[in-house]
This record gives sequence, C-alpha cells and structure tokens, in this order.
Amino acid sequence: MRIMLKRTPLYELHLKLGARMVPFAGWEMPVQYRGIVEEHLAVRQKAGLFDVSHMGEIRVKGPKALEFLQHMTTNDVSRLKVGQSQYSTVLNEEGGIKDDLIVGRLKEDEYFLVPNASNAEKIFAWFKEHEIPGAEITNESPLWGEIALQGPSSQEILQKVVPFDLNNLPYFHLTESQIERVPVIISRTGYTGEDGFEIFSPWDETPRVWEILMEEGKGLPLEPCGLGARNTLRLEMRYALHGNDIDETTNPIEAGLGWVVKLGKGDFIGREVLLKVKAEGPKRKLVGFELLEQGVPREHYKVLKDGEEVGMVTSGAYSPSLKKGIGLAYLRIEYHQPGTELEVQIREKLVRAQVVETPFWKSGTVGKIRAKEV
Amino acid sequence: MSVNPKELKYTREHEWALIEGNRAKVGITDFAQSHLGDIVYVDLPPLGKEVKKGETLLVVESVKTASDVYAPLSGKVIEINNALSKAPEKVNRDPYGEGWMVIMEIKDPKEAEELLNSEDYESYLSTIS
Repeated sequence: MRIMLKRTPLYELHLKLGARMVPFAGWEMPVQYRGIVEEHLAVRQKAGLFDVSHMGEIRVKGPKALEFLQHMTTNDVSRLKVGQSQYSTVLNEEGGIKDDLIVGRLKEDEYFLVPNASNAEKIFAWFKEHEIPGAEITNESPLWGEIALQGPSSQEILQKVVPFDLNNLPYFHLTESQIERVPVIISRTGYTGEDGFEIFSPWDETPRVWEILMEEGKGLPLEPCGLGARNTLRLEMRYALHGNDIDETTNPIEAGLGWVVKLGKGDFIGREVLLKVKAEGPKRKLVGFELLEQGVPREHYKVLKDGEEVGMVTSGAYSPSLKKGIGLAYLRIEYHQPGTELEVQIREKLVRAQVVETPFWKSGTVGKIRAKEV
Repeated sequence: MSVNPKELKYTREHEWALIEGNRAKVGITDFAQSHLGDIVYVDLPPLGKEVKKGETLLVVESVKTASDVYAPLSGKVIEINNALSKAPEKVNRDPYGEGWMVIMEIKDPKEAEELLNSEDYESYLSTIS
C-alpha cells in the first residue's frame, strides 16, 4: 500500500532550499534544511521561519459560539476579549486529551481555533457531533497556510511588512491584517519559547508571504527551520506534543496542564472525571528530567528508581541550548519532585538522570513579552 | 560527489573499514553522517567486545535519532576513539579521518572480500539517493 502524503503550499520552496522531507502526521514536511542544531540556535539568537501549514484551522461563530466552546474546551473562553487568544485542551468524556489547541477571539461572536495537524479532522467531527444551534462550525484547514516566524528578531522583520505597530499586538493576541495585500491573520504565539508570530494566509498565497519574509530577514539572518528544530525548541520549553506527551489516555492534570482547566467555569466535557482526579490526586505526573551522564533519551525508554520501573519517557532529545540529554516522562507521583535522582534505560545501559524544574530553557524572549503585556 | 577514499572498503549500511593486516579501523561514511545530521553522542563499545559481521557494533545518536552502526567484519574491539566522547561532531566534520570510531582485530580476513570498493559503493549510493 502506498500512503499518499499531503503537501503544503510551500513544498516546492522547501525542495529548492534543499530541505530533507519526511512524513509527519500524514504530511510531507521539511525536517531540516542546514541542520537541526544550527536552525535551533538561529531561533534562540535571531529568527527562524517554519512552514506549519499542516496545522488545522476551525472557525466557530454565532451568538452561541461562546457557550459552545465553554462546553467543548477546558479553559475559560469567557475571559477572552476580542483580539485575545488562549491555550486550551479538548477532552473526551473520560477526561483524556483529544487535542491541545489555541483558541482566539477574532470578533465579538467569532473564534479561530488552531488544532494539531493530526487531530484537526477528529476535532472538527467531535465539534459537529456536539453542535448546537447558534454556533456555526467550519473546518477551514484546507483554506489556510501557516508560517511561524520565531525568535528575538521576529518583530523587527515582521514590522517592515505589516501596516500597524506590532507593539499593539501583545503575546497571546491575534488580529486580521495584511502583508503586501495578502489578507492574513497574525497571532503573537509560538512553539519555541521565543517571541514570534504565527501567520495564517490563504493557501495559494502562502509562498508569497514566505518569500516576502525571507527577503526582509535576509541580512539577519533569518533561517528556514524544519520540524527537527521545532521539536527540540518546544521540548526545551516543556511544551507538550500531542501523540507523545499527551493523548486520549492522559488527563491534563497529570500532564501538568491543570492551568488551562477551569473547573469553576461551569460544565464542560470531561469535567466530572477531572474533579475526581483533582480530589484524589493524580497517580502519575509528567515531569522534565535531564541526564547526568552522556546520552540521549528517546520516547518509550524506561525510567527506573533503584532498579524498579517507575515511569516512561514520552519525549526526549539532545538539547542544543543546554548541550545535554533532556526529556519528559510520566513518573509515579512519589518521584515527581525536582531533584529526584533516577535512571533512564538507554539500550542495555542505565544512565543517571534527575527530575528538574521546567522549562529547561529559562532565557526565552517569550518571558519578556509576557511581562510587557499587563 | 566522490569523496569516498579509494583505500577504504564499504558496506551497504554505510560503514567503512580501513584494513591493514589483521586490523581494521572502522567509521561511518560521509553519506551516513550527512543523512544523520548533527551527531551529538557516539555510544562506543567496551574494549574487548566481540562482534560478528553485521551485528551492532555501536550506536550513534544524532539530534534526530539513534542509529546502529554494524560491524563490517567479525572480530574484537581493541581500540576506541575516545576523542569522540568530548567531540562527537568530528564524525560530521571528518568522517574518514578524526571521526573514526573503533579499531578491530579481524577474525576472518576472507570476509573483507565481500565488502564494496569505493566505486561500487558510489554506484550503490546512486541507486538509493
């Protein structure tokens, strides 16, 4: 059987740039151009450009849009002012995470949601299943390309091509605008820990936006970045990856996402289960760890304490910023405290590791943006 | 691209061997290092480890993934390139020189006849890339 992979509107550009293409979530995506470490450090120091057109887009609008989203997502949507966005999760009836996503309020009664590529269809179907009159749900995934411009120089680059002052677009805000007459939605969010923007443009006009940004960023330099760097950057920030660190069998409380679950906002799907988890306390917890010896932890590796298995790695990598092996693992609750020493089984060897505070990377520019916001 | 030295022997799994008498210096090819990307750790075998041809000799970790390096020949590990533990990027920079990984004592010199020469390896590469 040959599985047909989908291609983003930037596919041809990636080939021209010498990208190595790999299958990811049903898409043919660039994993790297010049090298993961180089691309990773470019985002930490200057800026990088990512094709994330595979991500989904769902619009919910109408007088009951708020009521609907309050029922379907865990964060408190009523707190969003027009132009604001929030990170959230969508749960199944058992409290498991169907997806994590960004919910943005574009207009009074209109919301723009960005689910993960592999979950977009599933979330759309789930929403349709629970649709209520007065909340119109559209899957706009085929209409939008998406480019992420990330890194401390992002604002400087983007400012040259947008007709408004980006200082008026704080972290976790979004707005409709244009880039050289291409209509876009610009969101000041990202998956890297650095200041940056996620730019949604009509599918066929996405190559134009990419080329405009590459041209403006030329001297900096602005580095095209693949999924490899996207993964190491997000892991250094402890941002969860759905399918690895969270899925339908894990709940947001054990995953450390309790901060996007607002149990007091009224009923929502999964709430009953989470109330119970909260009352009883979670049995395991997703924690960050670093290796104290050489090696690279990878997903599914076992975590042991004094020879006994106490957890499993869900994401692991070599951290280009910290120059050591880091990872996330679900551990039995008694071992989740920072400072706890453990072993990770790497092939036949037990490598010493330690639970640490996250994020691993603490100097990201996102922190500075957040401070400016209030 | 013809960077693969003529004096080396190659495998289809992208290892190289420099055979001198009953000893072989072993590493991975330029194609392999470029395909793996940034190499961040070389999990070298203990001295004295005995392997058969085609068995896992050691593991190379790139940012992306962990990859087995297979023994191009049967034998015993008698020397390892300790410099790689501090500077694994040498494998990317100089795969046929400073990026060598182990020296093996060869058990069966006849096995070397099954390895590819540089021309055969390059024509093999042209069929897979």
